[in-house]
Amino acid sequence: MEIGAHVPGTPLLTALIVVPFVGAAIVALLPRRRPDLTKMIAVLITVLTGALSVAVLVQFNQHDAGFQLQNHHSWIASFGISWTVGVDGISLFLIVLTGLLFPIAILGTDPHHDHKAFYAWLLVLEAGCLGVFLALDLFLFFVFFEIVLVPMYFLIGQWGYGNRTYAALKFFLYTMLGSAFMLVALIGTAVFHQKAVGGPLTFDLVTIATQPGIDTNVARWLFLGFAVAFAIKVPLFPVHTWLPDAHTEAPTAGSVILAGVMLKLGTYGLIRYGLYLFPEATVFFAPGMVTLGVIGIIYGAIVATMQKDLKRLVAYSSVAHLGFIVLGTFALTQQGIEGGVLQMVNHGLSTGALFLLVGFIYDRRHTREIAKLKGLQKAAPVMAGVFTVVMLSSIGLPGLNGFVGEYLILIGSFLTRRWWTVVAATGVILAAVYLLWAYQRVFHGEPDEENASFAEMKWTEGLVIAPLIALIVFLGVYPKPVLDRIQPSVEALIAHVEVGSCAAPDGNCYHQPDAASDKAKR
Amino acid sequence: MVELVWLIPALPLFGFLVLLVAGRKLGEPLAGWFATLMCGGAFAASVAVLIGLFNEPEHERQFQQVLFDWLPAGSLKVQLGFLVDPLSITMALFITGVGALIHLYSIGYMHGDPKYSKFFVYMNLFAFSMLMLVLGNNLLVTFLGWEGVGACSYFLISFWFTDEANASAGKKAFVTNRIGDWGFMVATFVAFSATGTITYFANGQNIGLLDEGTIEGLAAVTATAIAALLFFGAVGKSAQLPLYLWLPDAMAGPTPVSALIHAATMVTSGVYLMTRVSPLLAHGYTWLPTTIAVIGALTALFAATVAVAQTDIKRVLAYSTVSQLGYMFLAVGSGAYVAAIFHMVTHAFFKALLFLGSGSVIHGLHGEQDMRKMGGLRKFMPITAVTFIIGWLAIAGIPPFAGFWSKDDILLAAFNKSPALWFVGFVTALLTAFYMSRQVFMVFFGKPNFETAESADHSEHAVQPHESPWTMALPLVVLAGLSIGGGALNLPFSHDTKFLEHWLTPVVEASETTFSIAGTTQTGLAIGTAVLCAAAILVAAQIYLRHKRAPIEPEVLAHAWYYDEAVSAFVAGPGATAFEGAAQFDRGIIDGGVNGVAALVRFGASKLRLAQTGYVRNYALGIAVGAFVLVGLFLTRAGA
Repeated sequence: MEIGAHVPGTPLLTALIVVPFVGAAIVALLPRRRPDLTKMIAVLITVLTGALSVAVLVQFNQHDAGFQLQNHHSWIASFGISWTVGVDGISLFLIVLTGLLFPIAILGTDPHHDHKAFYAWLLVLEAGCLGVFLALDLFLFFVFFEIVLVPMYFLIGQWGYGNRTYAALKFFLYTMLGSAFMLVALIGTAVFHQKAVGGPLTFDLVTIATQPGIDTNVARWLFLGFAVAFAIKVPLFPVHTWLPDAHTEAPTAGSVILAGVMLKLGTYGLIRYGLYLFPEATVFFAPGMVTLGVIGIIYGAIVATMQKDLKRLVAYSSVAHLGFIVLGTFALTQQGIEGGVLQMVNHGLSTGALFLLVGFIYDRRHTREIAKLKGLQKAAPVMAGVFTVVMLSSIGLPGLNGFVGEYLILIGSFLTRRWWTVVAATGVILAAVYLLWAYQRVFHGEPDEENASFAEMKWTEGLVIAPLIALIVFLGVYPKPVLDRIQPSVEALIAHVEVGSCAAPDGNCYHQPDAASDKAKR
Repeated sequence: MVELVWLIPALPLFGFLVLLVAGRKLGEPLAGWFATLMCGGAFAASVAVLIGLFNEPEHERQFQQVLFDWLPAGSLKVQLGFLVDPLSITMALFITGVGALIHLYSIGYMHGDPKYSKFFVYMNLFAFSMLMLVLGNNLLVTFLGWEGVGACSYFLISFWFTDEANASAGKKAFVTNRIGDWGFMVATFVAFSATGTITYFANGQNIGLLDEGTIEGLAAVTATAIAALLFFGAVGKSAQLPLYLWLPDAMAGPTPVSALIHAATMVTSGVYLMTRVSPLLAHGYTWLPTTIAVIGALTALFAATVAVAQTDIKRVLAYSTVSQLGYMFLAVGSGAYVAAIFHMVTHAFFKALLFLGSGSVIHGLHGEQDMRKMGGLRKFMPITAVTFIIGWLAIAGIPPFAGFWSKDDILLAAFNKSPALWFVGFVTALLTAFYMSRQVFMVFFGKPNFETAESADHSEHAVQPHESPWTMALPLVVLAGLSIGGGALNLPFSHDTKFLEHWLTPVVEASETTFSIAGTTQTGLAIGTAVLCAAAILVAAQIYLRHKRAPIEPEVLAHAWYYDEAVSAFVAGPGATAFEGAAQFDRGIIDGGVNGVAALVRFGASKLRLAQTGYVRNYALGIAVGAFVLVGLFLTRAGA
């Protein structure tokens, strides 16, 4: 396909971004006195967006490794900036996940005041997240990456709990700091690319990635600029401390989206603007990134164990889970990256569900402190059962979705990072420690007076969480349809990294090791 | 008929799903009967598959059935499929058979429990997971079952979760098992990275990890690594030293759970796994089988010494189980896989019997578990007493009961490996006879140590032990029969009486060690051991029946050599402190650093703010200086 050519066809992906934006505008124009109407409209918009994301899934050609369903419109032509959106196997399920989680987050909880602004911000957030996953233009990507900060800042700051102002500001400033590095790297990438290959300035992702030419050392610096922004977003150790504060203080809907979707902006960014854009630098920095990932797995789990606040515990578990994804991504093997992409979806489902459940508990008891909760299983066996399934998914029990992703990550990373993988695998022990211990303190035992009247799960709550449970089981038993769609794009990406890595001055090219290496030795 | 294999796990899975949705509606006793029916159906399906397999020629007794691709990613192609061979179907048979009996027993045992149907939900899920474990055609399906049974074990140990001790025991079991599972997982990584497959035997899509060609091509160090890591998993699941800690605590669960999961089936999965991958063991370095044998022997002896001083009726049996599992690993390490499986089966019969019998006693005494408060129960509970005595004689190694034959096979194999190992096993056998006699005498003989209706001054404290209903008695009778006759599976008299050995030959022939012990030595060892075991019973009778001698029950044994307490103290002490230290580090150093930077910026900004004077002349000066610098820069750059 000719670069920059207009791609005909239905503007499905553009619609996917525009619909929630327009929805936000509609909600903003609704009368303030009709919170029920506001919620209904917001639900309708997110369901429509969700339906569009499913339409993308249906139209997606699973044998095509490249970007599909592209829409292209020129925007700031003089700088080579355009509205280019497309989807491949790596972003496909993140789109669907986003489409699924927003209606659930909206249906699952109610804001305690100012419905209108709450839903409007959530819709802006959805548009921004989808934009990040779909953008194929560096500048467009940056715009969306920044847009998502604003609604989340307000969601935490206005509708959050206790220490919300501090948490919101910390979240905003921390991420902005990363973005500053990224902006410089992003402009640098376009400029140095133009210098290297000639022609007009362009921010087109595919063009820059497929016409390499940036000097190796420069590319490594540019990679670092992007990596800092994404590392904060993921978050990687040691730039993770905004996360427990933001998660804990955010309203339930905010936590669900923050963990379910927004953390993936970082891991997705690492794949798209790390591996794809700077293959040589990726190979060069992979040992460091893997190290940080593994530290996150162990460290996040250990710190999670000692948390006294249930929501904070779940927040720290995200540090550990996202560490797995980074490990898989920078393992640079088929299984590792496929597992990483799948695990982004899995983590969204299970941690999203966990935050919803913690929200349900808070609604009833007005506390998240583990020490104040006790024996809830006796009072609410169904909710305990649902919590158990989600917990086991998060622990990585085979047959549920979390295992599939983690296992692929680990078996893939073992091929290239043997000893780190052996260490990372102990993370599954620690996950059992912190979650089962928390479960025991919250759900087991004889409920004391305050917990004895704990209300059982409501029908509406059950319906909200049911799709998540269904997917947790389905993806654990039959992940093939998902893996089949991820596979071609990951194959192409690894081939791209292999070719690109040869740009190194030392002439060492990266090659994905073969399983069955024993045979090769003989 | 081998194609029916999918039915074996499908029936308990179906039972699980139905009970999950409609268990409460079915209620008592229908939910229990339904679950029993599903497990019994799985047994019938296993028999059908067995017949189908038996009709094949000996070396074609292997069949795979692939349902779908489970984890396809690049060159990794994990299927959800089944492997039917003499080993897996033997396992399936006794799991479903003993399982169905224990389901039946539970109908009576769980009578009146508010969570009656929930219990059977877990039981059927357990049966399903256990069957996936043994029937899986690759390491990962086995792992699915392996972790599945661990989860069910967790649910069932903490079944009565309102008691904190039960909840803790469940968590301890899961976490300790997970430590072992780490080894299992890493083993699959090594296998995949070395051979490109984790499937046991070649089928259309994958080559086989255990196929002769693959094994031959494997470096000895790799084979050893895979087997050693799997053994580490087995140490966790099968409660060997040093990870046995969870099993005695697991007795917190309802007694049928102890019988099914923590005696007959789940805890033997490690033995199954090692037998399954025996070609790897045979191909690797010899230090590994020796290590396995030594750990097995030490565990057997260690647990037997502890069982001597326990007073809880179920804890005696729990340590006894640990000890008997040690025997099985002693057999595995000695290269006697048939003996290991043989003992696994007979042990399933008599240990399930003993546990169910103890459950019957606890049931009859309304929850009493302290043996010091029992005694003379044979008069009150005749069926329980007679069947329990049969189980006792079987485990004590008295001929012709089942345990004698299987234990004898193991001791012979150990003797073949090293007389020292044999000696440890022999001492363990004497201790086993001793502590089991102690239990029988304390519980069923002598005077009642509880307040009966006749002796009680206060009638509200009176206990009138009663025999259990037929649903509980029938499984006892059936298991007692199997404990008597189970030895017939593999009698050593001639080549033709070794049925089990013939049956398993196709699976283990490449790895099974052949003996070189003279026939007279074999007979002598067997008779000698049996006689001395009988003598151990007499010694126990002197102490616990006739009270001629004071019991020898040192504190150190009652406290299990203080090992558990030491580990607990470490976890709660330095372990927790280290974890708390990490959390403090995160709050203080990492997050403190972030807030420190923020404070620094704020401080700097407050100083910089002084530059914002609001006077235009100051700004104008700034602009002028800036412009000069810029122009200067341009000029020098242009000149360059």
